[in-house]
Amino acid sequence: MIGGDEFDISRRAVLLGGGALAGAGPVRAATRKETDMQDSPTMMEVSFSVNGEARRLRLDTRTSLLDALREHLQLTGSKKGCDHGQCGACTVLVQGRRINSCLSLAVMHEGDEITTIEGLGQPGELHPMQAAFLHHDGFQCGYCTPGQICSAVAVLAELQAGIPSHVSPSLTEAPTLSEAELRERMSGNICRCGAYSNIMEAMREIAGEPA
Amino acid sequence: MKAFTYSRASSPAEAAAEAAATPNAKFIAGGTNLLDLMKLQIETPAHLIDVNGLGLDSIEPTPEGGLRIGALVRNTDLAADARVRRDYALLSRALLAGASGQLRNKATTAGNLLQRTRCVYFYDPRQPCNKRAPGSGCAAMGGVARQLGLVGVSESCIATHPSDMAVAMMALDAVVETIGADGISRRIALQDFYRLPGETPQIEHDLRPGELIQAVILPPPLGGAQIYRKVRDRASYAFALVTVAAVIQPDGSGRLAAGGIAPRPWRVEAADAALPQGGAEVSAALLDGARPRPDNAFKQPLLARTITAALAQAREMQGKEMMS
Ligand SMILES: Cc1cc2nc3c(=O)[nH]c(=O)nc-3n(C[C@H](O)[C@H](O)[C@H](O)COP(=O)(O)OP(=O)(O)OC[C@H]3O[C@@H](n4cnc5c(N)ncnc54)[C@H](O)[C@@H]3O)c2cc1C
Ligand code: SF4
Ligand code: FES
Ligand code: FES
Repeated sequence: MIGGDEFDISRRAVLLGGGALAGAGPVRAATRKETDMQDSPTMMEVSFSVNGEARRLRLDTRTSLLDALREHLQLTGSKKGCDHGQCGACTVLVQGRRINSCLSLAVMHEGDEITTIEGLGQPGELHPMQAAFLHHDGFQCGYCTPGQICSAVAVLAELQAGIPSHVSPSLTEAPTLSEAELRERMSGNICRCGAYSNIMEAMREIAGEPA
Repeated sequence: MKAFTYSRASSPAEAAAEAAATPNAKFIAGGTNLLDLMKLQIETPAHLIDVNGLGLDSIEPTPEGGLRIGALVRNTDLAADARVRRDYALLSRALLAGASGQLRNKATTAGNLLQRTRCVYFYDPRQPCNKRAPGSGCAAMGGVARQLGLVGVSESCIATHPSDMAVAMMALDAVVETIGADGISRRIALQDFYRLPGETPQIEHDLRPGELIQAVILPPPLGGAQIYRKVRDRASYAFALVTVAAVIQPDGSGRLAAGGIAPRPWRVEAADAALPQGGAEVSAALLDGARPRPDNAFKQPLLARTITAALAQAREMQGKEMMS
C-alpha cells in the first residue's frame, strides 16, 4: 500500500484527471516510478448506481465490475463462470445495455446506472422473464441463469431497437423475431447444463411468439 | 493482475501526451481484450488511460462522401448504423460475425483493430512465444497450428490477426487517423498499418509511443454486392478459421480481403485482379508464397471454396437486383 499524503495527493490528481489538473504535471505524480510498485494496490473511489441505489466504493483499481458487485456490494446474483468474457454468467445491464461485467473495471463506471439480476426482480415481484424461466424450466443448476436472464431481457430490447444480427437476412429491413434470431443473439451465454431449448421457450413467451 | 494507476483523459491530445510521458502506460477502451490479457499478466501496464470520455464516439459523413468512424464507436453501434448497413454492408456483416452481443456492446473500433492474436501459446505464459516474450521461441512451430497462419508469417511467429471487422475494413481501403504525443494528426492506410512479424512479432503495428487512434475513415461507398463470409468451428461466438470480405461489381471486378490466414487482414493486388476468373485463381494469388503447416494446410482449399461461395453469392445478389 502507498500510504500518507503522497498517496492522497496522487489519488486526487488521478480523480481530477480531467479539467484544469490534467496534463503532464499532476497526472505524472500518480504514476509509479518502479515496476515493482506494481505489486502494491492503488486505491480509488468510484460512484455508480446499482439497481436504482447510489453506491460509493473505494476499490483497488484492478477490481472488475463483477467483483465490485459480488464481493463489495454482496450482490452475488451475477456469477463468475470464466472471468474472461467467454461464458456470459456475469452479464449485467449498464446504461440499459448488456455487458460482461468480468471484462470491465469498476472504476470505469463512474456515474453509470447498473442493473443486476437482483434489480430486475425479486421473489414475489419477479420480472416477467424471470417468471418465464421458472415456468419453462429454463435452468437446471442455475449457475448461468442470472446471466441468461439479463441477456434475454437485453436481446428483446435489441430486437425492438432494430439492431441486426449475424443471421438477419436483410440489413436494410428491421430484424424480425424468429428462433434463429434468438439463438444467435443468446450465443454469448453458455449453459453447462444444456437448458437451451427451455430458455428459448421462456424467451418466446415473453417476446409474444406462440411457443 | 499487476497493480496499476488509472486516469481519465480529457482530450485526445492530452491522452496521447500523457501516454508518451508515462512509463508503461496503455489506453483502455472497451477493455475486452486488454483486461483479459492483464488477468493473465500477458499485458502488465503500470498506468491505464481511460479514453472512453473523449467524445470519439460518433460516425460523421466526410466531405469526400465517406464516413469517419470515431475510435470509441462500439461494435454494436457501428454494425447497426443505417449508413453502414446500406453502403458498407460487408462491414456490418463482419462486425456481427464477431464475438457476442455483450462483447460487441463494449468493444470499440480502435480496440478491435488493435486486439491481439488468439494463438493458444501466446495465451499460455508457460509456453515459449516470441510475440509475448521476444526471443523465447515459438511453441506453435512444433505444436497445434490449426488456427494459425500460412502466409505473411515468419520463422519467428505464425499467429493470425483475429479481427473480423479489420478484414472488411481492409477490403474497403479504410484509413486510420491518429493523434501523436506532439498533438499532430496523421493518416495511415490500413494496408500499411499492420507490420508483418519478421523477426519482431511483438511489433504489430505502425503506431508510435503514445499515439492514439482517433478515427477510422471509410472512402465513399463502392456499391456492388458486399459480402462477408466467416468459416468457424461453431455457428456463433467463435474466432474464424477463414474469412472473406468482398465487394463485387456487376462486371465481376472488385476487391477482396481474407482473414484467418495471415498476421494481418490479407489483401493482394493480384488477387483482386483475378476476381473475374474465379475462387481458385483468387485464392492462389492470395496464398502465393504460403508456408502451410501440416495441420493448417486445410485452409488452402477452404479459402478457395469460401471465395468461390462468396462469388456465387455475389452473382445471386446481382441476379436478384436485376429481376426487381
Ligand atoms: C470470448 C471472446 C470472443 C471474441 N470473439 C471475437 C470474434 O469472433 N471476432 C473478433 O473480431 N473479435 C472477437 N473478440 C475480440 C473483441 O472483438 C475485442 O476484444 C475487442 O474488439 C477489443 O476492443 P476493446 O475496445 O474492448 O479494446 P481494449 O481491450 O480496450 O483495447 C485493446 C488494445 O487497443 C488499445 N487501444 C484501445 N483504444 C485505443 C485507441 N483509441 N488508440 C490506441 N490504442 C487503443 C489498448 O491499449 C489495447 O492495447 C472476442 C473476444 C472475446 C473475449
Ligand atoms: S505463433 Fe506467434 S503468438 Fe503463437 S506461440 Fe509462436 S510466436 Fe507466439
Ligand atoms: S464470467 Fe464473465 S463471461 Fe464468464
Ligand atoms: S443451468 Fe446449469 S449452467 Fe445453465
